Amino acid sequence: MVPLSYYLVLSGILFACGVTGFLIKRNIISIFMSIELMLNGVNLSFVAFAAHWHALSGQIFVFFVMVVAAAEATVGLAIIIAVYRTRETLNVDQVNLLKL
Amino acid sequence: MLHLILFLVFGAICVAGAVNLLVQRHPINGALSLVVVMGSLAAEYLLLGAEFVAAVQVIVYAGAIMVLFVFVIMLLNAGVEERTTGSRVALLFGVPGMLIGSLLIAWVLISRSGTEAVAVGALPGPPRIMGWLLFHEFLLPFEVTSILVLIAIMGAVVLAAKPPSTAPTPRED
Amino acid sequence: MTANLHLWLIPLLPLTGAAINGLLGKKFSRPVVVAIALFFCGAAFADVLWVAAQFAALAKPHIEVVAPWIRAGSFQADFGFYLDQLSLVMLLVVTGVGFLIHIYSVGYMWEEGGFYRFFAYLNLFMFFMLTLVLASNYLLMFVGWEGVGLASYLLIGFWFTKDSAAAAGKKAFIVNRVGDFGFLIALFLLIKHFDSLNFQTLAQSIAPLAPETAGAGLLTSAALLLLVGACGKSAQIPLYVWLPDAMEGPTPVSALIHAATMVTAGVYMVARSHVIFERAPAALTVVAIIGTLTAIFAATIGICQTDIKKVLAYSTISQLGYMFLACGVAAFSAGIFHLMTHAFFKGLLFLAAGSVIHAVGGEQDMRKMGGLRTKIPWTFWTMTAATFAIAGIPPFAGFFSKDEILWRAYQASWAYWLIGVFTAFLTSFYMFRLWFLTFFGEYRGEQTGDAQEEPAQTGMSAPHDHAHGHGGIHESPKVMLVPLVILAVLSIIGGWLGVPGSLGGKNRFDQFLGPVFRSSAPAINNSHANAGETAPPEQQTEGREPETGHSTELIFTGISVTAALLGLYLAWLLYQSRPQLPQQIAHVLGGFYNAVANKYYVDELYSVLFVKPLVDGSARLLWHGVDQNVIDAALNDSADGAREVSDVVRQMQSGNLRSYAGWIAAGAAAVITYMIWMGVK
Repeated sequence: MVPLSYYLVLSGILFACGVTGFLIKRNIISIFMSIELMLNGVNLSFVAFAAHWHALSGQIFVFFVMVVAAAEATVGLAIIIAVYRTRETLNVDQVNLLKL
Repeated sequence: MLHLILFLVFGAICVAGAVNLLVQRHPINGALSLVVVMGSLAAEYLLLGAEFVAAVQVIVYAGAIMVLFVFVIMLLNAGVEERTTGSRVALLFGVPGMLIGSLLIAWVLISRSGTEAVAVGALPGPPRIMGWLLFHEFLLPFEVTSILVLIAIMGAVVLAAKPPSTAPTPRED
Repeated sequence: MTANLHLWLIPLLPLTGAAINGLLGKKFSRPVVVAIALFFCGAAFADVLWVAAQFAALAKPHIEVVAPWIRAGSFQADFGFYLDQLSLVMLLVVTGVGFLIHIYSVGYMWEEGGFYRFFAYLNLFMFFMLTLVLASNYLLMFVGWEGVGLASYLLIGFWFTKDSAAAAGKKAFIVNRVGDFGFLIALFLLIKHFDSLNFQTLAQSIAPLAPETAGAGLLTSAALLLLVGACGKSAQIPLYVWLPDAMEGPTPVSALIHAATMVTAGVYMVARSHVIFERAPAALTVVAIIGTLTAIFAATIGICQTDIKKVLAYSTISQLGYMFLACGVAAFSAGIFHLMTHAFFKGLLFLAAGSVIHAVGGEQDMRKMGGLRTKIPWTFWTMTAATFAIAGIPPFAGFFSKDEILWRAYQASWAYWLIGVFTAFLTSFYMFRLWFLTFFGEYRGEQTGDAQEEPAQTGMSAPHDHAHGHGGIHESPKVMLVPLVILAVLSIIGGWLGVPGSLGGKNRFDQFLGPVFRSSAPAINNSHANAGETAPPEQQTEGREPETGHSTELIFTGISVTAALLGLYLAWLLYQSRPQLPQQIAHVLGGFYNAVANKYYVDELYSVLFVKPLVDGSARLLWHGVDQNVIDAALNDSADGAREVSDVVRQMQSGNLRSYAGWIAAGAAAVITYMIWMGVK
C-alpha cells in the first residue's frame, strides 16, 4: 500500500521541475513544455486524492484539465508561430518590446 | 508490496524524464522526455485504478498534444538554444524559492502522512460511471469545454495562418 | 402707535441704482446711466424729505425693525432702523449733498472712461452711508462703516491703472482697517458686558451707570476703542495719513466722501455713542486732545501745500479735528452743527476746485494758476462764499458753528480755546492763500493751447483729470455750476439755524438736537474745572444765561472773528501785495519750513516703523518661509518623492518574460510557505 503522501510528493516533484524549467529555459517551446509538466503534476495529485476519498469527481476534473490544457497548448503554439514570424527568434529574452 | 515497487519504478522514470526535460538543450529532446513522463504517469494512474484517465492521458496528452509540440518544433526548426544569461530574478528568486517550497511541502507531507494508504485500484472505475457523471452532474462544464475547444481551434487557425501577402504596387515616382 | 415709514427704502433705493448700473450699465448709453443714478439718489433724497415732513408727529426715537438677523443665546441683533433728530440731520446732509454731487459728477465725469462704474460706486456708497446713519444697532452700523470704506477704496482707486491711485486706495482701506480693529474690540466689549449692540438697549443699560473717574474702566476702554475706529474713519491723528493720498480720486469723490459724508461717520459714531462717552471723562479728554492736536497739526501742513486739492484735504482733517474737539467737550450738537456746515462749504470747495481744475485743463498746482476770477466768474463767486464760510467770517455758515465750538471749548479749558483760535487763524490764512493764488494776480500757467501735451508737473495731477485740450480757460457747464450755486447759498444761510443766544438768536439747531443728548446725561455736578467733564448743552445754557455769560461770549466771538480777518490780511499781504515775501520767509525758516512742507515726514516715519517691517517680514516669513518652503515644498516634494519611488519600482517592469515568471514563482512560494506554516501551527 502506497501512502497518499508518496503520490503527493511525486506530484510536487513534477510541479517543481515544471516551475524550474519555466524559469531557466530560454526557448519558448521548452517553457511551454514545462507548463505541461506542471499540469501533469497537478493531475496526478487530483487523481490521488480522488482515489483516497473514493470520489469520482476528481477524475472528471482531471479530464477537464486535460481538455483545457489541450486548448491552451493549441492556442499557445499558434501564438508562438505568429511571434516567430515577426521576430524570427524563439528566444524569449528577445521578445522584450514592452521594456521601458 | 508490489504496489509500492511498481509505484517507485514508474515514479523514478517519471522524475528522470522531468529532470531530463530540464537538462536537455534541444527542445526536441525535451519533448521526447516529456512523452516519457506522460507515459509513466499513465501507469501511475492505472495503479490508482483510474483506467479512463490513464487512457485519456495516453491518447490526448501523449498522443495529441505532444505530437503537436513536436510538429511545431519541426515547423519552426527550433535549434539548440544558446547559453545567454537571461533573467537574474528568475535564477535568484524563482528556483530557490520553488525548491524550498517543494521541500517544505514534501517534508510536511511525509512527516504528517501517517497511515493513510491508497489501495491499488482504489477508484471505482468503469468508464460507464464516468460517462454517467459527465453527462449528468458535469454536463455544463462538459459543454462549455467543448465550446472552449472550438474557440481554441478557431483561434489557433487565425493566429497561425499565413498573413495575406500583399504585392507592393509599383509606384510612379 | 408708531407709524411705519418704511425707512428701509432710504438705503435700498441707491442700492438698486448701484445694482442696475453696476450689472447692466456697461450696455447703457450715458444718459441712461445718469438717469438711473440720479433717479435713485434723488428718490432717496425725496424720501428723506418726506420722512422729515412726518418727523414732528413721531415718537422719538422712531425705531423700525425690518427683520431679525442674529439670534445667539441672549444676544440679538436685527435689521433695524433708528430715526431721531441726529439721524435725521445726517440723513438730510448725506442725501442732499450727495444728490448735488451726483448732479455735479454728471458734468465732471462726462468725458471719462468707466462712466457707469463711477455712478454705480457712488450709489453704492450712498447705500452704505445711509445704512450707517440709519442703523439701530452697532452691528448694522458696522456693516455700513465697512461698506463706506469699501466704496472709498473703489472710488479713490477709480483710475486704477494709475499706480499712485491704486496705492492710495489701498492705503485708505488699510488705515481704515486699523481703526476698524479698535471698533470691533469695542463692540466685543459691549457684547460681553451688556449683551446687546442695540442703541436703545444700550442706552437703557448704560444710563444708570455713574461716570468712571478712575483709570481704565469698562466704559473708558470701550470709548477709547470706539475712538480708535473714529480716528481711522475721520482721519484724526494718528490715522489721518490716508486722506491726503485719497485726493487721487476724482474730485466729486473727494467732495462727497472725503469732505461731506464718509469722514463725518466717525463724528456721527462718537455722537451716537455719547451715552458711553459721557460716562468716561478720561476718554472724552482724549477725544478733545486728539481733536485739537489734529486741527492745528493739519492746519500747519496746509499752509505749505501747493496742490489745491491737498490744501483742501488737510483743511478737512483740521475741521474734523474741530468736530472731535466739540465732541470731546461733550458739546455734541455743536459738533454736528459744524459737521453740517462743513459739509456745505467743504463740499462746495472741492466741487469748485474741481471746476477750476476742469477750467485750466487738468492742472492742480496753485503756483500755476492765478487771475482766474475774471475768466470763471461763477466758480469764483461760489468759491469765495465757501472760503469766507470756512474762515469763520460772519454771517457765513462756518462762523456760527466754529464759534459755538470755540465757546464750548473755552468752558472746558482755555488751552483748547487758544489752540482753536490759532487754528482758526491758520485756517483763514491758508484758505485765503488758496483764494489769492488761484483767482488773483497774473495767470502763471502754461498757455492752454497746448493743454493736451502738458505733462503732469506735480505728482498729484491725474493725467486723466481733464487734460482735454479744448482751448482756453472756460467756465464749467451748467450741470456743474448749479450744484455749486446751491451749495453756496447753503454755505451762506446754513449757519443761521444755529445763531447763539448771545447774538440774539435762539440756536434752533441746538434745541432741535437737544433731546438726543439730554435724555441720557449723567447726573454730574456742573463744575467745569476738569477738562472734558461738562454737562450737555441744555443744562449749561439753561443754567447760565446771565448777561455776563453773554458778554464773555461776545468778546470771544470778537476774538475769533479778528483771528479770521488777520488770516485774510496776512494772506493778502503775502500772496497779493508782496508775493516775494513767502520765498524769503521760507528761506529764513529753512529746515523747519522743509519739515512742514514735507508733512513732517509722517508718511516716511510710518513707512519705516510699520509698513516696511510688515512688508519685509511677511515677504520673508510668510511668502518665502511658509508659502514657498512649506506649502509649495510639500507639494513639490511629494511629487518628487512619488517620482523617485516609481523610479525604483519601475525596475520590475523589465519587459523580460522570465523575470516576470520569476516574480510569480517567488510570490507563489511565499504564499504557499505561509499557508503551510499556518496549517502546521
